[in-house]
This record gives sequence, structure tokens and C-alpha cells, in this order.
Amino acid sequence: MTTVTTEPTRGVDVDDAPRSTGSPATRALGAVVLALVGLLVLLGLVTSPAERVQGEAVRLFYVHVPTSTVMFLAVGVAALGSIVVLWKGSVFWDLVAAASAEIAVVLTGLSLVTGMLWGRPTWGVYWVWDARLTSTALLFILLLGYQAVRALPADRTTRARRCAVAALITSLNVPIVHYSVDWWRSLHQPATISTLDPKIDDAMLVAFAVGMATYLLGYLWLLIHRFRVGWLEEQVADLGLGDALAERRAEGLADAGGAP
Amino acid sequence: MTTIVLADSPWLYVGLGWGASAGALLGYAGWVVVRGRRLSRDVPPEARRWS
Repeated sequence: MTTVTTEPTRGVDVDDAPRSTGSPATRALGAVVLALVGLLVLLGLVTSPAERVQGEAVRLFYVHVPTSTVMFLAVGVAALGSIVVLWKGSVFWDLVAAASAEIAVVLTGLSLVTGMLWGRPTWGVYWVWDARLTSTALLFILLLGYQAVRALPADRTTRARRCAVAALITSLNVPIVHYSVDWWRSLHQPATISTLDPKIDDAMLVAFAVGMATYLLGYLWLLIHRFRVGWLEEQVADLGLGDALAERRAEGLADAGGAP
Repeated sequence: MTTIVLADSPWLYVGLGWGASAGALLGYAGWVVVRGRRLSRDVPPEARRWS
């Protein structure tokens, strides 16, 4: 006799669905990113030349600038998703915004660390309270604030709306960070690559381009996986709530049946 | 003596910067993948079919 069940097969390995957040597309993307990482190491640390003034320290350019650029993108995606959340109440975009904001925390932290490590051999100091560095530190604190708001206990809709507002407030700082070197006198150099004909050595430009591609595709890979983790967290929360309700109903029925 | 030479070398900062980037990004990616695997065990298959 064949038994057919409509119940979810929790914890039972009878399905062919992936048991991770990976898929053929993300595995292919991951392979491309790994290949680009290898190429970036070769171009950035071996074949590209030292710079005339900065010397070997210029090699931090190939990780610091892509980190900072993709950091802006990550905050931008979080802000874009948040607008859709406030406009349409989209769960999908709430999860995209949350995933991107979390990646932005990592990238902003790395931007600060690599910037400090680049500043020491070029400026002679790790840190100065100038406009670019201070506004980036503020961005990092705002992104941590977003994570704190996300962790506050609330129903799904309230949490999504609170986080959307937090992301939009955070995103207001992005143009300040970007234009701070133009608006205020700063120790930080202005944009190196801002025209279609940049004044930079070809080997350096190629290494930088590979760095940008690596970080952009790496961000996309992380965003997809982190989004899926968020989606799974929502499913687990729903299942936990369902189980708790069923337990309460069973207790209620048992109490009613046992009453005199 | 070695410490002084390293402290004066820009390669120290280059190594620390690249190392911090690789460590943080690989660590974060690993955490995301492991968390995804753990959560997948508790979710029915129809809720984790990625397109």
C-alpha cells in the first residue's frame, strides 16, 4: 500500500531539492569569482608596477577602491529595496535590502581597515578626522544601527518598515562620503578613475578593472546566498510559529476533554 | 631588527590589507554558506528550490 502525505518532509532526506543555498548558477558564478581572485592576485601583487610616489603601497589601491565602490552599490541596493518595501510592502525586497545592508557592513569595515593600512605608508598616519574618513566611519555606524533595528523584536511588516526607514536614512550619507573630498579640504585624494581617459599606467588600469569585476561579481554571489539564507530564516520562523500554534491547540483540546 | 625592517616596508601594509580583505570576505562567505546548509535541514523541499 502506498501512503501519500501532504505534510512537509522536515529533516527527511527523501527530496531532490538542494540542501544548501547553492544552485548551478551560483556555483558557476562562484567559479568565475575564484578565477578572478587568482587573476587579481597575479596582476595586483606581481605583474603591475610600483607607483612613482607611493611605491609598492599602491597595491592597496586594487582592493581598497573596489571595496569602497561596491560598498556604495550595496548601500544603494539596500536603499532601492527599502523604497519598494515602503511603497508595496514587498517581502522579497525586504530580504534583498537586509542582505545587501549586511554585506555593506562587511565592505564598509574593510574599506576603513584597508584605507587605514594604505594611509600609514602614504600619509604617515593611520587615521585623521577629515571629511572622507569621518563620513565613512559614520556610514559604518549607521549600517550597524540598521542591523540593530533588524534585531528588534517586531512582527514582519513592522520590522520591514522600520528597517526600510533606517536604510534610507543611512543612504543619505553615501553622497556625503563620495563628494566629501570635493566639498571639503581633505587629506584623502580625489577620485582616481573618473573619466574615460584616466591618467594611469595600463597595467595598473587592468589590475584595477579586474579588482572591480572581482568585487562586483563577488558581491552578487554573496547577495544571492545571503538573500536565500534570509528566505530560509523566514520559512523556519513560520514553521516554528505553526508548530507552536498546533501545540497550543492540542493542549487546549486535551484540557477541554479532561475537564469534568 | 627584522621588526624594524618590516615596519618600514610598504609590503607589510599591502600584506595586511590584502590579508584582511581575503580573511573577512572568505570568513563571511563561509558563515553564509554554513548557515544556509543548517537552515536547509529544517525547511521542506518545496521552500528551497532555487531557480
